[in-house]
Amino acid sequence: MKYMMFVCTDTEPETDESQVPDIEQWVAENDAAGRRLEGDRLAPPSAATTVRVRGGQLLLSDGPFAETKEVIVGYDILECADLDEAIEVARAHPMAWGGRIELRPFPGA
Amino acid sequence: MDPAAGCPSPAATSPAAGAAAGVRVAVAEAVADSHGRIVAALIRITGDWDLAEDCAQEAVTVALERWPADGVPANPGGWLMTVARNRAIDVLRRATVERRKLADLAVLTDPAPEPAPATDDRLRLIFTCCHPALPLEARVALTLRTVAGVPTADIARAFLVTESTMTRRLTRAKAKIAQARIPYRVPSGPALAERLPGVLAVLYLLFTRGYDSDGEPAFAAEAVRLARLLATLMPGEPEVVGLLALLLLQHSRRDARRDDEGNLLTLDRQDRTRWDHDAIAEALRLLPATDGPYALQARIAACHAAGTTDWPRIAQLYDRLAEHLPSPVVRLNRAVAHGYAYGPAAGLELLAAARAGGGLDDYPLAVAAEADLTARAGDRERAVALFERAAAAAHSYPERRALLTRAEELSRKDD
Repeated sequence: MKYMMFVCTDTEPETDESQVPDIEQWVAENDAAGRRLEGDRLAPPSAATTVRVRGGQLLLSDGPFAETKEVIVGYDILECADLDEAIEVARAHPMAWGGRIELRPFPGA
Repeated sequence: MDPAAGCPSPAATSPAAGAAAGVRVAVAEAVADSHGRIVAALIRITGDWDLAEDCAQEAVTVALERWPADGVPANPGGWLMTVARNRAIDVLRRATVERRKLADLAVLTDPAPEPAPATDDRLRLIFTCCHPALPLEARVALTLRTVAGVPTADIARAFLVTESTMTRRLTRAKAKIAQARIPYRVPSGPALAERLPGVLAVLYLLFTRGYDSDGEPAFAAEAVRLARLLATLMPGEPEVVGLLALLLLQHSRRDARRDDEGNLLTLDRQDRTRWDHDAIAEALRLLPATDGPYALQARIAACHAAGTTDWPRIAQLYDRLAEHLPSPVVRLNRAVAHGYAYGPAAGLELLAAARAGGGLDDYPLAVAAEADLTARAGDRERAVALFERAAAAAHSYPERRALLTRAEELSRKDD
């Protein structure tokens, strides 16, 4: 089962940083286990361009598609047996502490 | 195919004419007893929640047709399981699914030898329905629908929504289970300790939903039934047993908690002969000695059920509960207990500390507690004003009436 993992910021991060896991270790462990198919950081939303076509016209706007305080700063594609395994992977990501993570399954995978 | 083919033959009891009502009772009992087991087993094998529920429902329809003529079978739950299973085989055969599922269904009978608790299908079903990735209300509704077999219309009424809204909510929850692949499994190891409190919270919420003035009274009994099932399946978990004991104790007062006009009565004003003493005895036998939140609350409730109320003991239990569960309401109740154990001044002091901790602003019961402590401290005028303020903020009419009565009684003493 494939899950898209959106890595987002959060306005209320964990304040105790002593227990926040290490990202390098997270990547190494999940790559080795075959659970992380790919993933990367993204440039800040200030670099984003939103594209629409309406009435045949190309409409571009500066910035992300949704103006929210929380922004997507990265993604990973996971291969997990089920949601519980994906949750265990997500909770061990430093941004689950410093931000928030959305797990979205790919349909019918 | 004959839906009842392969069923155990009906018992040789007389298929008495005009026994339709008796049959309905028998069907209702069999459903209450075996719905969860049937649905849980069919979900495990087919992975299809809707199919499982439809087949369980169809078995009930067939029972209502057949039992009046044939008599109630010796093993009603087994009969329903067989009919539901045969129906599932039928549907899957038409859909030509994998052979393995059909083979698994073919050997599914009831009563199967009592399965090991950790693998009991109903336990899987409960943990899946109560998965924290589902919204809380959906967890309660799904547990009622699939484990307890409560009709969607009844659940909708209790949640104050239309039946179609509740149907959509249940459909969404089941779709999420399938699409996000929420596993059909009882978690083990540390995951179990993490997930169990959520399951217990759903059952407790279900229970309180049965007690709210606008709630569905039958849900309280349903919650007790589910807690008992869970305690049977997980006898080694003191918090599960603690929840069952707590619910039994609270439920034992169901016939005594209101007067003839529907006003809520505090414990000291209840007619104790109307308490369910069998339920109390069962709870006292179960009472765990551990310090988890439900075990502690059960022991507190047990103190209240005793002939004389040991307030210092209750205050001590609240001290420990506040360590494990430092919620505003627990801190409030702790202040009340200390007020009875060590005098109103001690109670007011802890109440002020609880208020300072936050979360109790405008909470009617906090004002009511302050009113009661103030009255016992001798400041009647201030107590009357506080009772009136609590009444104005009360969430329900019976609560408001009870608080106004206290205010009136105090005012009269002034005359």
